[in-house]
Amino acid sequence: MNIIRLILREFIGLFVDDEMLAVSILAVVAGCWLLAHYVHDTSFTIGALLVIGCVGVLLSSVVQGARR
Amino acid sequence: MITWATAAPAISATFLASIVEVVEAFTIVLAVGTVQGWRPALTGTAAGLSVLGLLVLALGPVINRIPLQSLQLVIGILLLLFGLRWLRKAILRAAGIIALHDEDLAFAKETASLTDAARRDATRRNWIAGLAAFKAVVLEGVEVVFVVIAVGAGRGLLWPAAMGALAACLLVLAIGFAVHKPLSRVPENTLKFGVGVMLSAFGVYWTGEGLGVAWPGHDFAILGLGVVFLAVGLALVPIARPSQEIPR
Repeated sequence: MNIIRLILREFIGLFVDDEMLAVSILAVVAGCWLLAHYVHDTSFTIGALLVIGCVGVLLSSVVQGARR
Repeated sequence: MITWATAAPAISATFLASIVEVVEAFTIVLAVGTVQGWRPALTGTAAGLSVLGLLVLALGPVINRIPLQSLQLVIGILLLLFGLRWLRKAILRAAGIIALHDEDLAFAKETASLTDAARRDATRRNWIAGLAAFKAVVLEGVEVVFVVIAVGAGRGLLWPAAMGALAACLLVLAIGFAVHKPLSRVPENTLKFGVGVMLSAFGVYWTGEGLGVAWPGHDFAILGLGVVFLAVGLALVPIARPSQEIPR
């Protein structure tokens, strides 16, 4: 059981290491999904927002990580 | 039809990611083999590979039943979580904030831990050693399986992606058997940086596809996204690097 628990913990750890980074990525995707769903805009604008959002999340996470 | 332009990013992403993971698993298996002999090392490895095989067999039919757009969205989000996490860590390592992963140190730690465990519990030492090899193969292998599925499943590229991973396994094993010591000279952080860039690019691309985004240039957009993440990653290294205080 310990091994299964360890493997599960490691599997979750593949995606969530820094909680703030994971939550921010999900927030960016959720924002883009809402825009695509309600504004019905599936053009390149959503893609550009996704790229800008992810780059912003990475930048903020690295700067915070460097300050800690 | 699969073209090189589509398959090459998938093959190189799985190849590079797999090199990093296989090197880490190889270090532990080598430590087990050196301390306790090759029987428990190879038994643990074989059991680990069997678990990974079962995982792939179980996931394959499930993936085929998920509608393509939902699959792209889910895989895209997972790739973003995975890729940006790797890229963030690689940037912080390159900037000297986090210590670099050291295969020689990992080998020494595993060897010391196994020797200690064997001394305390002589009757179960083969079992402990086999379990260490099993854990290493499963934990690192799960990452390889995820990367192969995530990069390959959205566009029917599972086979090329799997070939990239297999080539990495064979390369690491061939070099490992030849030198017979931890592969500490592999530029692991550079590889992780590159893989983080590629997986983040794939993540944005698949998430966008899942949301219905019409990317300009279709699959070629992955290369453009890769260039964006590479440029941002390289620019962030000096920003994150701690400033040196001038001695008075």
